[in-house]
Formats: sequence, structure tokens, C-alpha cells
Amino acid sequence: MLVYLPIAEISVDILVLLLLGGTVGFLSGLFGVGGGFLMTPLLIFVGVPAAIAVGSEAAQIVAASVSGVIAHMRRGNVDFKMGSVILAGGVTGSTLGVELFKILQRLGQIDLAISLAFVVVLGSIGMLMLVESARTLQRNAQSRKSGGPRTRMRLHEHNWIHGLPLKMRFPRSKLYISAIAPFAIGAFVGVLAALMGVGGGFIMVPAMIYLLGMPTSVVIGTSLFQIIFVTANVTFLQAWLNHTVDIFLALLLLVGGVVGAQFGARLGARLRGEQLRGLLAILVLSVAGKLLFDLVALPDDLYSIAGGKAAGH
Amino acid sequence: MIRAFVVALLFTMCAAGARAQALVADLSSHLIAITTGFSGTELLLFGATEGEGDVVVIVRGPDGDTTVRRKSRVAGIWINRDELRFSGAPSFYRLAASRPLADFLPNALRQRHQIGVDFLRIQPTRQLNSEETAAFRAGMIRNKETLKLYDKEVGRVSFLGNRLFRTRILFPANVPTGNYTVEVLLVRDGQVIAAQTTPMFVSKVGVGADIYDFAHDYAALYGIIAILFAVGAGWGAGVVFRK
Repeated sequence: MLVYLPIAEISVDILVLLLLGGTVGFLSGLFGVGGGFLMTPLLIFVGVPAAIAVGSEAAQIVAASVSGVIAHMRRGNVDFKMGSVILAGGVTGSTLGVELFKILQRLGQIDLAISLAFVVVLGSIGMLMLVESARTLQRNAQSRKSGGPRTRMRLHEHNWIHGLPLKMRFPRSKLYISAIAPFAIGAFVGVLAALMGVGGGFIMVPAMIYLLGMPTSVVIGTSLFQIIFVTANVTFLQAWLNHTVDIFLALLLLVGGVVGAQFGARLGARLRGEQLRGLLAILVLSVAGKLLFDLVALPDDLYSIAGGKAAGH
Repeated sequence: MIRAFVVALLFTMCAAGARAQALVADLSSHLIAITTGFSGTELLLFGATEGEGDVVVIVRGPDGDTTVRRKSRVAGIWINRDELRFSGAPSFYRLAASRPLADFLPNALRQRHQIGVDFLRIQPTRQLNSEETAAFRAGMIRNKETLKLYDKEVGRVSFLGNRLFRTRILFPANVPTGNYTVEVLLVRDGQVIAAQTTPMFVSKVGVGADIYDFAHDYAALYGIIAILFAVGAGWGAGVVFRK
């Protein structure tokens, strides 16, 4: 059944969108990730203009993060002070990001920029995850053989970040570090959020653990907390400046996503962590590979027209 | 619906006879409404002619500027490098005729009435050498054909008897909005004997149209509402699926 998306100005099969939302929701429930980094490229693959995919996905992430953060708030797993510092950076970064988006759109380079950003980010994250899970699997096999205790890496070590000025106390995370580091991380992820239509949790979470040294218990709640506001800022600015937020599209994706996430979470509870991470890594790398292939392969037509919209799928 | 057509058809015939007009034509509808379930539509153009001749139907969407970009390979990646803007390109173009165009239309006439995509008066806004301009122009037309906005194929105008004619005009799901013109020409001996231009409108109606207008006219407010909507939906989902 075709449905006309009012802002995207294209007709898309409603089942395709629900299925897409459901699949990405299922994967995000399974792997415990936001899913924006999969949704935006998949929307582009089914023919939604890249700019609309990014803007609408931001709105969908607001919704998904709100439903996620409630549970974490109830358990007290949110460091509001740290979250606010990261958020200040995130709002700055995402505002710059939307401006950058606007400039790139005018230059006719936005599709390229979005694809390149995804190739670089997904490619490197996917590689890191693949190496990490392969190493864990190997280490587990060894320790099982020798019967010895598992060697644990020290998560929190003093590094150059602790030399920065403007130190602040973060009681919930039991940290005394410079406010510059979380602000800078927030700003960097904010730019990506605006450009790619992602929440950025897949960068934020490792950065919080390895760079800032936050306790893992508060990481996800705090990350979700700031993602809500950063993606809300992106949604607002994209709607205001670029007219690229299709609320109807966001709603359809959300419906599929919420349902899919429930099933994904149930299956995820039964699978092993490192296997899951390996699977996710392969998935992320294949999306990056497909995007890279599209950039490198000879296009069907070297000429294109600005704002060309496809006929219904 | 069909009865209405027949009545209208008879009416036009009578009117044609009474005033001895060489050409009368009308559309089954002058408005295409893009609703939420819109997946393209078809209009019927019908009319009557006085005496011998061939009929050409030209459907044009509103003219506008079109930017055409060309990719070249930079460091292994295909990147948009050069661009050229054209003005005067119709957003939508369809052609229908009662016989193959070459059989009865001299090129001078096609030029004057812009009959066929190759005869459209599309001007580059910047001077390039003619080869480059032609390549960009061809690129634009090719893209618009892929998007089903232009069609190289000439539709068939069929005659019923030797006075009544009809043709179907197909509009795809992505038909651009705006004011259209449907021009009907009666051609005899390489001359346009009679011409009639009928206006037609394509506009969005219903919830989709309201959302579109609101998002463009009150963009900031739309952004705020989109956020509130998302927060509400997320909250609702969180409550529904809470264990």
C-alpha cells in the first residue's frame, strides 16, 4: 500500500517502512544500540532523499531515546551533571552541524558528505568491534583451556585528559576531571548527529568509558539523556532551516521500531555478548561496504538534477 | 461519471457545431488532487474538430530553474564537480498526437510551439561552449525522463469517426504541483489551423497538504511540534511496553 510522505514528497510502500522500522528496531533491541546509524543508510537505499532521511531520523531518535531513558532514570542510572556538560557541547556541535548541512546542500555535496561520513564512521567502528570481539572469543578459548582466571583490562587510566584545566567534580560518576573533555566529545558527536541523523551512542558510549572513565552503570542512561536533547535540537533546526523533517515518516519508523525492539531485546538476552558484537560488526561493515561501493562504482548517469524526486516505489 | 462524460462530449459537439469552431477540447478533470494515498492518476482529454487535420496535445507543468550537476572521479570517488542551471524548463512535459510527428509537423512549427523535448526553449543561465551545454541539457532531459517527468514517447490521440478525438494523459505519483497548461493544436497542411489552451491544476489536498504548508510557513513551530510529538510518542511507547 503506497503512502504519500508530505515533506519528502514521494510515495513509499507503507509496509516497506514498517518492515524497515521493525528490522532496525529488532536489531537495536538485540544489540542494545540506537539504530540510527543503520536506519539512515537503509532509508537512503529504499529511495528516501538523504536529507529527509537524516532530518526525520533525528525526530525518530528523540522518541526512541525518551522511551529508553525512562527505565534508566527510574534506576538512577543517569549522571545529570556530566550529561549536561556533554549536552552543552552536543548542542553547540549539532547547531554547527546543521549549518554545515545547509551549506553542503547548497553546494550539491550533501549526499556525498552523508555517505562519506557513514563510510568512515561505520567502517572504523565496525573494524574495532570485529577485532575486539575476535580477541575476546580467542581469550575466552585460551582461559578455558588453561583454567586460569580471565585477565581484565583496566578501564580507567590516567591520561592526557587529566592534565586539562577547568576541572569539575562529578559525584555520580565519582570523577574529578576537566569539563573540556566531555564538552569536546559532546560537540564532536553533535556534529555527526546533525550530519548523519544518528544519536551517536555508538561513539558516545565507548568515549565515556575509555576516555572519560565513567562507570559503565551510568554510561547508557547518561548517553540517552543527552541524545534526547541533541537530537531534539537537530530536529528543530533541520525543520526550521532545511525543511527536512517528515513527521509522518518518523512516526511510521517509530511504530515499527518500538515493536521490533521488544522482540530483539528478548532474543538478545539469550545470546552471548561477544557473538552479538561480532554479528553487529559484520552488519555495520556490510552497510559501510555498500555505501562505499556506491561511491566508487560508475554511476548509472554522471548527470543528476538537484532535488530530483523518484516516482513511487 | 461516464454519463457525465458523454453529456459533456455531446455538449461540446453541439457547441462546436453551433459556433462552427475548428477545435474544441476539454479534460475529464481540471484538478489533480494529491492525497495521502496518491499513486498517480490518468486524465481523459476529449474534443472535436471541424474538417480535416491532425491533433497535437502538449501538457506542460510550471516552468522553473533546474540545476544539473555532473560527477567526475576524484580520488576514486564520484563527486559532483560541474553544474549548470537552466531556466524555462517545464517541471512536467507530455506530448500526444494523432499521427507520428514527422509525418505532418515541419520543424519550424515544432520549434515555435515547443513540440517535443528537443524543441523546448530551455536557456542556460551561464555561457559554456555549445558541446558542454548540449551535454548538460541532454543530462537534464535524461534525468527527467528517468523520473517520469518527461516522456520521449508520444502518446496516441485517437479519432472516433473523423471529428471526435480523445487521448489519455498519465500522471505519475511524483507529479509536481502547480499550474499546468494543456495545449491542443489542430494542424492541417503544416499549418496550425486552430489552438486551444486549457488550464489544469495539480495540488496537494488533505492532511498531507496541510502538514506541508505548515512545515514551510511556520517552520520553527513545526519543529517544536515535531519534537513534542516525538517525545509524546516515545513516552507512550515506554509506558505501553513497561514490564
